[in-house]
Amino acid sequence: MSDTTLTAAVSPYNERVVRQFTIATLFWGIVAFLVGVVIASQLAFPIFNFGLEWTTFGRLRPVHTSAAIFAFGGNALFATSLYVVQRTCRARLFGGDGLAEFLFWGYQLFIVLAASGYVLGITEGREYAEPEWYVDLWLTVVWVVYLLVFLGTLMKRKEPHIYVANWFYLAFIVTVAVLHIGNNLSVPVSLLGTKSYSVFSGVQDAMLQWWYGHNAVGFFLTAGFLGIMYYFVPKQANRPVYSYRLSVVHFWSLIFLYIWAGPHHLHYTALPDWTQTLGMTFSVMLWMPSWGGMINGLMTLSGAWDKLRTDPVLRFLVTSVGFYGMSTFEGPVMSIRSVNSLSHYTDWTIGHVHSGALGWVAFVSFGAIYYLVPKLWNVARVYSIRLIEWHFWLATIGIVLYITPMWISGIMQGLMWRAYDDLGFLQFSFVETVAAMHPYYVVRALAGVLFLSGAIVMVYNMWRTARGDVRTETKLGAAVTATA
Amino acid sequence: MSDINKDELTGKPTTGHVWDGIQELNNPLPKWWLTVLYACIAFSVLWWVLYPAIPGISGYTKGVLGYDQRKVYSEQAAAAAEAQKVWIDKISASTTEQINGDAELLNFAMSGGKAIFNENCAACHAPGGAGRPAFPVLADDDWIWGGDLAQIEQTIRHGVRATTDDATRMNIMPNFGTDGVLTPEQIADVAAFVMSLSGEKSDPAAAATPESIERGKQVFADNCVACHGEQGKGNLELGAPNLTDSIWLYGGDAKTITAQITKPRHGVMPAWEGRLTDAQIKMLAVYVHALGGGQ
Repeated sequence: MSDTTLTAAVSPYNERVVRQFTIATLFWGIVAFLVGVVIASQLAFPIFNFGLEWTTFGRLRPVHTSAAIFAFGGNALFATSLYVVQRTCRARLFGGDGLAEFLFWGYQLFIVLAASGYVLGITEGREYAEPEWYVDLWLTVVWVVYLLVFLGTLMKRKEPHIYVANWFYLAFIVTVAVLHIGNNLSVPVSLLGTKSYSVFSGVQDAMLQWWYGHNAVGFFLTAGFLGIMYYFVPKQANRPVYSYRLSVVHFWSLIFLYIWAGPHHLHYTALPDWTQTLGMTFSVMLWMPSWGGMINGLMTLSGAWDKLRTDPVLRFLVTSVGFYGMSTFEGPVMSIRSVNSLSHYTDWTIGHVHSGALGWVAFVSFGAIYYLVPKLWNVARVYSIRLIEWHFWLATIGIVLYITPMWISGIMQGLMWRAYDDLGFLQFSFVETVAAMHPYYVVRALAGVLFLSGAIVMVYNMWRTARGDVRTETKLGAAVTATA
Repeated sequence: MSDINKDELTGKPTTGHVWDGIQELNNPLPKWWLTVLYACIAFSVLWWVLYPAIPGISGYTKGVLGYDQRKVYSEQAAAAAEAQKVWIDKISASTTEQINGDAELLNFAMSGGKAIFNENCAACHAPGGAGRPAFPVLADDDWIWGGDLAQIEQTIRHGVRATTDDATRMNIMPNFGTDGVLTPEQIADVAAFVMSLSGEKSDPAAAATPESIERGKQVFADNCVACHGEQGKGNLELGAPNLTDSIWLYGGDAKTITAQITKPRHGVMPAWEGRLTDAQIKMLAVYVHALGGGQ
């Protein structure tokens, strides 16, 4: 980062903090994918637990999920939101460079505190909200600063209107604050100890947890990343957003409906029937509001479809919107109670989450990173377009090999659990279902290796780009055309 | 100069806003999109009428279908129990010998026994009774506590070394090493002898010589025959394993046998009476008996 002062002089915006968050995104992305490969291997071959308490599946699994969502996804959201809000408001970040610096290091500290706790066995045991009370308090401080910086920048904007990407970013920041505080209302056992207990209990506690859990998906992984989509797709395609009206309607309907969908995580439990019905129906109604974003993303390409053949960055972005559409259709289907009775607790859920996490969240972030890095480091273009192509295909094949085996093994698992013989007895033991899933677990772990390799290619490519290198290369497939 | 509020490529109107070069078209909402959105809302409203949905101060709307998850569950569970009742009653009224002799009853008991085994026993004994290290194989004809129907039923009902059951299968092999009954040399000798009984290949490191086996034979005669028998063929009454058949619970190498003599491991199996119904235990006994090695 020796050129920091130089670019700071050129750009009227704080790009140093965006660069920092971009580097962190790349770093934590590799960590998240690597730990994912490790725990996928553990499920296929338990020997990879290494017989150490710190490396068992139970402790590494939250490291993977938190690294993917909060470290990789979170840093991508910070990097892009702080970049986008400055550009689309024509205003430098509110609060000065010091506050931005605090935001960066404060958030990285949160990640390290959370992850170290998981490995040492310090956890609240709440899915996606595992950090204990002291980490939660620290994140609250950081998050309030984030809100201040973002909101302050919006307030001092030089544009008359607020761009749609910023609505989504703001909804994400505000709602995540509410969710985080709501789900972490707990009482520490002692001020010097790490353990705390939730103030709620029983089914209320479960409901609150899934209100949080589902909206972590809805506002962190959906609203936030739609913010990325709304800036980087029109930018990379160099086309206007398809429909302003659609963006207004789908924004408000999405925000209003998402917050009620959590109960679909608790079908057929102690949760009252009426709550389950509401959770299911709000999830079904959420289908079109979610797809509004997909339509706006895809249709923005009208008049620029040909670019998909030549521009792998745009292909990342558009493929991500495709996966977004697919998983936001699959989600409402899985929330229907009778479908859920088959899918719940099976690998189908894992496959669903990963078509969203790998296909949507990671791909749109990759697209944004490929767009950002040359701009942030003031170089003409990415080091190698061919390497982006390699990344794209490695990652895409990885995703397909991930979600297809999980569909098969998940549905198989669900069907085996509920299989009765003609005399009315259960047909399979639990361990038989586990044995049947083994080959799919092996394929899934290999798929993870592919996805990770793609990301490593990206990190190398971005490192060379930041150094200002440009690779002399022909386009992939260009040689074939030349001889033909 | 084109109209500032028009997209040059498509000629469609824009909203006129520009942010960092990004414009927005003023396209209407897609009709199909709006239609499906309304359809989903209509579906939801219908569901709120049909099913429990709207909470109030002291209750909630029950829905016109009268759906109640607990009721559905208990009805289904009752129907399933009712469908099996005629068979279960017969099994309750029969001995395992009688079940085994009645083809129809046996067919039912095998089906039920398998499901019960899968749910309760397979975790240790593996599906099909294939066994796991330290958990006996049930699919061979080598039994520790006996392999006829009555013996199997007894073992299932009362368990092995189950602290909760006074009638449990109980034996404790002494700690020959840690309690100082035998010296390490004697243990090495008797281990060599025990291995020779089944023709188990001696561990070269254990250096079993004809002399040590001969010395071990004497140690065995002085300490082990009471339970394992003069020939080392074991005793089903006492739950003393046969040592001559190359089938080992903990392992047949010198190290494991030495450890087992020095400070024996004692496996525990829960008593299933009270956890499973009488009919379930009988079905399980018949199933285990049929796994391959019933006597």
